[in-house]
Amino acid sequence: MPDEKITIEVDGQTLTANKGQMLIEVTDANDIYVPRFCYHNKLTIAANCRMCLVEVEKAPKSLPACATPVMEGMKVKTRSKAAIDAQKSVMEFLLINHPLDCPICDQGGECELQDLAMGYGEGVSRYQEKKRVVKDKNIGPLIHTDLTRCIHCTRCVRFGEEIAGLREMGATGRGENMQIGTYIEKSVSSEMSGNIIDLCPVGALTSKPFRYSARTWELVQKDAIAAHDSVGSNIHIHVKGNEVKRVVPAHNEDINEVWLSDRDRFSYEAIYSDERLQTPMIKEAGSWHEVDWETALDVVKNNLQALVADNNLKQLGAIASPSSTLEELYLLQKLIRAIGSNNIDSRLKQSDFSDQDVVASFPYLGQSISEFDTLQSALLIGSNVRKDQPIINHRLRKAVIHGASVMVLNPVDYDFNYPIAEKSIVSPGMMPMELASILKVLVEETEEIFEQGVKQSIDKAVVNDSHRRIANNLLDEDNAIVLLGNLATAHPQFSLLRSLAGLIAKFSESKLGYLSENANSSGAWLAGAIPHRLAGGNPGSKAGMNTQQMLQAKLKAYVLMGVEPELDCWDSRLAQDAMKDAKFVVSLTAYRSEKMNEYADVLLPISVFTETSGTYINNEGASQSFAGVVSPLAEARPAWKVLRVLGNCFELDGFNYQSSSDVLDEAMQAIGDIKTDNMDKWQTPSTLKTHSKSKKLQRITETPMNMIDAICRRAVSLQQTKDISDGAIHINSALANKKKLTNDDQAKVEQGENSVTLKVIVDDRIADDCVLIQSAHPDQIELGAAFSDIRIEKSKC
Amino acid sequence: MTETAITILTEHTRADIDAWLEKYPKDRKQSAVLAALRAAQHQNEGYLTTELMDSVAAYLGLSNIAVYEVASFYSMFETVPVGRHSISVCTNISCMLMGSDTIVDHLEKKLGIKTGESTEDGKFFIKREEECLAACCGGPMMMIDHKYYENLTPERVDEILDELE
Repeated sequence: MPDEKITIEVDGQTLTANKGQMLIEVTDANDIYVPRFCYHNKLTIAANCRMCLVEVEKAPKSLPACATPVMEGMKVKTRSKAAIDAQKSVMEFLLINHPLDCPICDQGGECELQDLAMGYGEGVSRYQEKKRVVKDKNIGPLIHTDLTRCIHCTRCVRFGEEIAGLREMGATGRGENMQIGTYIEKSVSSEMSGNIIDLCPVGALTSKPFRYSARTWELVQKDAIAAHDSVGSNIHIHVKGNEVKRVVPAHNEDINEVWLSDRDRFSYEAIYSDERLQTPMIKEAGSWHEVDWETALDVVKNNLQALVADNNLKQLGAIASPSSTLEELYLLQKLIRAIGSNNIDSRLKQSDFSDQDVVASFPYLGQSISEFDTLQSALLIGSNVRKDQPIINHRLRKAVIHGASVMVLNPVDYDFNYPIAEKSIVSPGMMPMELASILKVLVEETEEIFEQGVKQSIDKAVVNDSHRRIANNLLDEDNAIVLLGNLATAHPQFSLLRSLAGLIAKFSESKLGYLSENANSSGAWLAGAIPHRLAGGNPGSKAGMNTQQMLQAKLKAYVLMGVEPELDCWDSRLAQDAMKDAKFVVSLTAYRSEKMNEYADVLLPISVFTETSGTYINNEGASQSFAGVVSPLAEARPAWKVLRVLGNCFELDGFNYQSSSDVLDEAMQAIGDIKTDNMDKWQTPSTLKTHSKSKKLQRITETPMNMIDAICRRAVSLQQTKDISDGAIHINSALANKKKLTNDDQAKVEQGENSVTLKVIVDDRIADDCVLIQSAHPDQIELGAAFSDIRIEKSKC
Repeated sequence: MTETAITILTEHTRADIDAWLEKYPKDRKQSAVLAALRAAQHQNEGYLTTELMDSVAAYLGLSNIAVYEVASFYSMFETVPVGRHSISVCTNISCMLMGSDTIVDHLEKKLGIKTGESTEDGKFFIKREEECLAACCGGPMMMIDHKYYENLTPERVDEILDELE
């Protein structure tokens, strides 16, 4: 039926349409404008605003275009007297209770009601009575409400139900007393909540951080790419003068459609954080001095050249944030390698690198982002995709609505906004065994033969019905994928998880994908910002040290780019100690922190993502370049320029770039086509070493979505949401009872020789005998490794 | 949440909701929301609290706001504390012609409250406005706690109120 073509006539124009399409879809597709408030092409049809009334021949009354299916031979008039009269009447009703506060309303200038009132409203109101007033509600740090302005289109309500998968807004009361809100005072908690600001056709829901800071017509809109997850959402940055005022989504059907996660929408506040580093600084005899760029770069050069002179280049390591641009990462690795060291890495939250030589050229998603919509089956391993990659989760949710099964193996029972077909919540140590059990079913079902060693290992796996259902679902569905998430990457047996996931994918004829963590995790691999491969993926002469090795080796000198090691690295304690013990640390950073003051010797101020041109390669391998939208703050400079000058300081060849696109061209020439296949090659495990059933507690570490990088950690409004680190230990009630701990108790937490005292939160999402700690919180830095044995007991004081 | 629902909703309320759930398809639990709210209101002497509404939501697998919407929409649900006997005097046309205004006046004077208010001892509550309750032949009429009283006079109202606990 959808393909059956019919012909209709609109305003005398003959149009072809699909049978069953709504009239407004046809007029929209043919650039015939019909006014509307409640209709939105990504939401279900409500037909409650009545603004889209049009005249349809043979219909006794005008009909709403959004809820009228087209029929063969239908004759529609959108601009006839009857249509216009109907639209004007609706407008009069809508304006009865709408306040005349446009001059102080943030929506003014981009308000759909204001626009349509120009076209359809009367200059003078006939309404003399009192207008209704609705009390504003506080729905959290991101969204401001002015509910007197609400026209009850219910877009925000439908968004909650249909897109966010979490109905938080509703219409309570009736008649004149109907109100949009949450009924009880609560913050909306969706990770996509900011989208209701865009959806609201009036000024009832506006951006709280942006409020009263600019008029919309003063803003210049510039294109950019979001910098905080591996999706690479397309965004518009709105700039007034030289200041970023807000971020809104740009339409890209293949990536983020029309949506944006709150993290990507509100992170811009950190551009103007008080902690921004404004000028180059050097530390002399323990005190910091502001200096000019030349002096600072001289200090860097002299210190690094001392290593060259001592023939001690193994003592130089570079650690870069995977949120840096492709150009920055490419230049940093080029510089470090040209100086003579292969110690460069951007894999910060990983500890198991054992199979890095046999994996694909970058951690590929396994399929394109838009292909998630039509997925039939997915097995998520160690992933809180809803918070970590919100747009991919939204796509997965669409697939589930169309009947797909999403199955989960996690150490924490994360809340998904769609039903989960099967879930297994086990300690990190048990995760490989769970995969082995699923694999065992597949081996039995498919009668595939493979290496004896592996077969023996999985023979020990115990299979239950849940494993069977997971295996059979992957096997039965044609379009299935096995996905390794952020927690899998951080798992101490990542390569084992990867091998098992690879085998499961192979035997079930599914795809294998990685959900990578940062905006340019893919780009970092491709640009060669990894110790064992050059740009383009060729193995270098000799592999350098990975992040973990660099920290363990306590090198003499570190070059940091966009990284706060004690917050970003897998082993926070090790990172902090390595930095403190180093002889020389230079940090290319946008921010200055207390910790940096302690360990660094030179601070070079670099641009954030709005102040530099660059390129991100997202999780699906799409390369997206962008221009800087504002000039760098004070003396800060784009990191690619800093690295170029450093290259020249060292009198190295090939650092004479004119622009960042020269760097990009060179990098892309090395990279070539961004094409990969995760199934190409992986290490088949020779044996399976599953965690012995020791009585020890295991630590789990997650990074809450708004703690992921230096920028998000300084975005004021995001830091008021729930998605930040709480500096507590989360344990389930069974463990709490065993340890005689209750909520808000203080517990002594020990890891190896390190110990701290943290607050207890009883959280039944956590697997048995596990302790969840959120990373990047100052109180837990002293502990160390993200995954390890851990001890807890009630604090005596 | 489900556990809270079980502790807050009494066994009797749950049995009542279950009986209604029987009448609807298994995947359409929200159909029972009106009946469930009525039962929940009944167990709490005539009004709903946020906790009760949350419990109904959890019991039926709905989002909390969906239940708030229903409870705030229908006039038979009270979402703030009210007196335990709910008095609704019909003031629609037939009853009005038969003198319902006198009945309302009398009630207000006798109880010392206006419509929409509850007595201080928490015994009586007069609903703000009640539409036709389909007992036009017996007008003026009122409903107290689901029970109809017809052909009212001020004296008859006194008798009825005095009989209530």
